[in-house]
Amino acid sequence: MKSEFTPPFGKITKIVGKCISLIGNDIDTDRIIPARFLKCINFDSLGESVFEDDRETLKGKHPFDLKENKNASILIVNSNFGCGSSREHAPQALMRWGIKAIIGESFAEIFYSNCIAIGIPCFTLPKESIKDIQKYTESESLFLEIELRNSLAKSKDLNFSLQIKESSRKMFLSGEWDATATLLDNENLIENKFNNLPYLNFNTNLF
Amino acid sequence: MSQDTLFDKVWDLHKVSNLPGGSDQIFIGLHLIHEVTSPQAFGALKDKNLKVKFPSRTVATVDHIVPTDNQSRPFKDNLAEQMIETLEKNCLKHKIKFFNIGSGNQGIVHVVAPELGLTQPGMTIACGDSHTSTHGAFGAIAFGIGTSQVRDVLATQTIAMNKLKVRQIWCENKLSSGVYAKDLVLHIINKLGVKAGVGFAYEFAGPAIDELSMEERMTICNMSIEGGARCGYINPDEKTFSYIKNKLYAPNNEKWDKALLWWKSLKSDENSIYDDVIKLDASKVEPTVTWGITPGQSLGINQKIPQLNDLSPNDQFIAQEAYEYMGFKPGQSIKDTPVDVCFIGSCTNGRISDLRVAAKVLKDQKVSEKVKAFVVPGSEKVAIEAKKEGLDKIFKNSGFQWREPGCSMCLAMNSDKLIGNQVSASSSNRNFKGRQGSPSGRTLLMSPAMVAAAAITGKVSDVREVINK
Repeated sequence: MKSEFTPPFGKITKIVGKCISLIGNDIDTDRIIPARFLKCINFDSLGESVFEDDRETLKGKHPFDLKENKNASILIVNSNFGCGSSREHAPQALMRWGIKAIIGESFAEIFYSNCIAIGIPCFTLPKESIKDIQKYTESESLFLEIELRNSLAKSKDLNFSLQIKESSRKMFLSGEWDATATLLDNENLIENKFNNLPYLNFNTNLF
Repeated sequence: MSQDTLFDKVWDLHKVSNLPGGSDQIFIGLHLIHEVTSPQAFGALKDKNLKVKFPSRTVATVDHIVPTDNQSRPFKDNLAEQMIETLEKNCLKHKIKFFNIGSGNQGIVHVVAPELGLTQPGMTIACGDSHTSTHGAFGAIAFGIGTSQVRDVLATQTIAMNKLKVRQIWCENKLSSGVYAKDLVLHIINKLGVKAGVGFAYEFAGPAIDELSMEERMTICNMSIEGGARCGYINPDEKTFSYIKNKLYAPNNEKWDKALLWWKSLKSDENSIYDDVIKLDASKVEPTVTWGITPGQSLGINQKIPQLNDLSPNDQFIAQEAYEYMGFKPGQSIKDTPVDVCFIGSCTNGRISDLRVAAKVLKDQKVSEKVKAFVVPGSEKVAIEAKKEGLDKIFKNSGFQWREPGCSMCLAMNSDKLIGNQVSASSSNRNFKGRQGSPSGRTLLMSPAMVAAAAITGKVSDVREVINK
């Protein structure tokens, strides 16, 4: 785990870092952070427990334990990454370990929206491209510089385009991924909705 | 793009604004919270110096960490005690209604809200829990959110979200005898896959769905997320309305009539447009059991575990991992697999009708000596009703342990855990590696009736044969 953790803040325009490959489809959030680590009232110490049981099983051979992956920050995954439980503890644990962006074939929906909400851009690439990158990182270190502006990834040898949802890309560039303030800008509209929803009318016996 | 479905109607009604990035700002009509995913959200409110916008639209209970053997306070587990205390303090401070242990209304959040009449058609419902899709059984649009979004709902009663596409899953005919909603939803996930639902809301419809009770419908919608769909729903009908009527927080008197009129207007129009429609025959579904490490890896009780070549290339990788982890061989039968632990409970199958079905199988039967079996009612209300009906005695006489309400071994955040590579027959919703508390523990998902059958024989069995013996 990296010791000095500062969460992302404001506009996120560029991610620079070393890639770490994690192979497997349907890697669920119970595997990313087993439920026993959810017994906490803050996220601070989750980084060290990321993939705890998988790492224990592989006895030092898990990608998150390999020396060459120390200080890596761009995670390369396969399909349906982050399925299962909605626990934000999963991306929080990855982030606190050092992950700043994820590139994968596909992501589970709640995991994806949790990543956006805490400032981890998730990009997609076709299956074969992911496999190529994962194969490359078996023998070489891959450093990427990813520009959110044009979703372009540059390495020393090649440049390639990544896919990202347009709404997510815009939110990172504007800083609105940290959504609370933007949502509160519409306070009048929210009040209006509260006063006019049919069921809030006939449910006045609540509480 | 879908048009005039219930999803479209409810989404449009709750839309507050188009956000600059292109997402929609959606009003959340009912916000449910629990002890695991809320403390950091309240912490963030404090950091940002924000208040809870509409405290009357958030309701809390405690479920994930509660012990099911001894619930006296303080809990033996200090961390669990700290979590419940934090929730108590936060609810008190922000004036949020909290159904605590002993209130008569505590239980698994997705069992509690419907049985109190809080869950109603046409609402948007969010909770920091992926099984929030359960509430879709009432024609609500309900979905799981993460802690940052819990913070946003507390502070603004809204979240930023992209509109989902709508896939109708039309279930033809009826389930046959001895086959339950759990079997049907496992079958659906198996046919469509665990990620087919990403980006979609699932509308479950057709004669087989109409036939189901409200609690069975909750089982179906509950597991939408296991098929990748954040949200699943069923159009409300007379069964929905009569389930809600006279519940503690249901509209009453002249408000009931107003509510009913509005609820009836919500269902998908006859000529509504879906982004996708899938049809399947419910009468062909057998009692279904998972054999692998995703809820999609399931089979009918009389089928064989698939060979690698039977599977699509995309599914082969995870199948390989599953054979190895579960210790199963391709081509092997799932039937007669010995089980060590039998668990009945969870937000999928911990309701009174689930307990009734299991008790019917267990009446005058004994749990195999090799098996540890326990039943965890989904809520205090379920436990009270079960006792009234004498179900607790049937369970206890058969050799089941009767526990206090909570999530328990569905995710093993309390002391109910598998040990080593034990095999559990479980009425819960996830068979992920390590899910039930042991990093090498193995979970076979099935209906409560099938769990009861496995408890009696000590191995995976066809409940239809156990009953008829």
